[in-house]
Amino acid sequence: MSATTSATLELNGAAPAPAGARPRTVAVRWALAVAHFARRKPLGAIGGMIVLAMLVMAVFAEQIAPYRYDETVRGARMTPPSAAHWLGTDNLSRDMWSRIVYGARVSVTVGFATIALAIVVATAIGVSSAYFGGPWDLVVQRVVLSLLAIGPGGLSDYRAILAHESEMPNNRYFTLAYLLGPGPLNLIVSIAIIATATNSRVIRGATLTVMQSQFVEAARAMGCGHMRIIVRHLLPNVVATIIILATIGLGAVILAESALSFLGFGVPPPYPSWGAMLSGSGRTYMLRAPWMAIWPGVAISLAVFGFNMLGDALRDVLDPRLRGGR
Amino acid sequence: MLKRYLARRLLVAVPSLLIASAIVFMLPRLIPGDAVQLMLAETSYAKDIDELRAKLGLDRPFHVQYVEWLGRAARGDLGESLWTRRPVLSELAQRLPVTGELALYATVSALLIALPIGVVAAARQDSLSDYVLRSLAILGLSVPNFWLATLLIVLPAIWWGWRPVTGFVEFRQDPVAHVAQILLPALILGIASAAALMRLTRGMLLEVLRQDYVRTAWAKGLTERAVVIKHGLRNAVIPVITLLGTQLPLILGGTVIIEQIFGLPGVSRFLFDAINQRDYPVIQGVNLLVVSTVVLVNLVVDALYAVLDPRIRY
Repeated sequence: MSATTSATLELNGAAPAPAGARPRTVAVRWALAVAHFARRKPLGAIGGMIVLAMLVMAVFAEQIAPYRYDETVRGARMTPPSAAHWLGTDNLSRDMWSRIVYGARVSVTVGFATIALAIVVATAIGVSSAYFGGPWDLVVQRVVLSLLAIGPGGLSDYRAILAHESEMPNNRYFTLAYLLGPGPLNLIVSIAIIATATNSRVIRGATLTVMQSQFVEAARAMGCGHMRIIVRHLLPNVVATIIILATIGLGAVILAESALSFLGFGVPPPYPSWGAMLSGSGRTYMLRAPWMAIWPGVAISLAVFGFNMLGDALRDVLDPRLRGGR
Repeated sequence: MLKRYLARRLLVAVPSLLIASAIVFMLPRLIPGDAVQLMLAETSYAKDIDELRAKLGLDRPFHVQYVEWLGRAARGDLGESLWTRRPVLSELAQRLPVTGELALYATVSALLIALPIGVVAAARQDSLSDYVLRSLAILGLSVPNFWLATLLIVLPAIWWGWRPVTGFVEFRQDPVAHVAQILLPALILGIASAAALMRLTRGMLLEVLRQDYVRTAWAKGLTERAVVIKHGLRNAVIPVITLLGTQLPLILGGTVIIEQIFGLPGVSRFLFDAINQRDYPVIQGVNLLVVSTVVLVNLVVDALYAVLDPRIRY
């Protein structure tokens, strides 16, 4: 049986390849899983493609962009979109498309660094807070809640927070960013602090649910140590929540980064960041050269849209409570 | 029972507010550079700087300043602005109605958009309309509000030569113009919340529609409207109300940029200017107000929760 036929059969829900067939390589299994995901969640697949395109843009900016981000094109000040300059040029005669391509690098770097930092710390806080409980939980949660200045309290369902995870108030980043001053590193730290607080609440909630399970009780009865219970029994069961949080969180972080760059706390010029391109000259010349204000916004919206779509689909697939049925 | 629960929640809210007040007090002081350095020219003598600092009470130990500020804040005195020398409370009272109105209109428009769309998307799960509505909702979450605001100023100006009023119109001067002026920014602010509320409404309704009692309702031969609205929505709406509570900080946060873009003299713009001028009493006052409002709203939401769902017992 050829690989294609077996893949088609698998997708149609038929029995796996008969005994004796060569075991599939990891690459083939991944490809099958992706194809299956795309078939079940077309919107998620579109999101995934947008995310992939953005990653490619960020990594291969030098190869994709026709000009450097700070290169001025003689005699092309604020020219509208054309074959030579797909998205037009700005007030300093720089090619907008090239700047958008390089701008993806800022969004991707800030986005992934922030989420990595936030998720690792949030998991440590959330899981330990739920597992050990008592005074540790009380103190940590007081600090987290004060940081968030929101107290939905014990009644709020962590899934409700998951559902609106994609947006976080700008004003908190704003105060923190002001405190730390402009610059990419400070931007990452200020967004990560807030993202950590929000995510740790959600991870704590998810861990609390898993803690009710009998297998945790069984592990305890068998005399497993704290570390073993946390690493072998709790973490694998909250990993789905963490993946969803990270994916949807990336969209939120990119949005926050653009808002902060818009307010002037981001990467210093002339390096392009989508949010900063929208403020300053983008707004000054918006009536004479509207493309200067339009394209960076389209880029931000598309990127966030991609991560949100992908995160949404992943949640549907990974969260059994929302799976299937009518 | 509810009273005891609320009393307990109030008690728990006190330490939260205290920690928050300490953070609120500490944050602006950690910003590099202080008001005195901004007030005096670079050429001023160190003696003048010290004198002015002493006059403004900024030379005393940090904890002494904090305890004194907290004591006065508890009595409703938030101090006076370092720059204008006017009481922070009266300045706040002047600007609060603008931000309050903006937040209120934003919340109402979010609900009006979210509930019907969420219900339709859930009732027609996995249909074309569901896909379109969900994509629109995610798009609503993805579009930065400052960009949307910019577009809504730029495009009508280019196409029809229409521009929104830039000067602020008081309600007393012209009620219609006043509401019209706030409506557009409020709608922009409400869009992200509407998207989040719609998604939660859909998700919760889907879960409820899979319950046994809904199957019974279908089996009884009830109309779709009765099943979805009466049996479904009523039980799905509770988390949506909780989310509405948590949307408040989001909406208030959004006002920072929106007030700036539309030139509305609200609290957030006041905060933005104060941070630029290192006006500590104003920064502390505004942040304390925001934090207290959010804590209070969450308390109200928790109480509403119990009223709406009689199964919840404390």
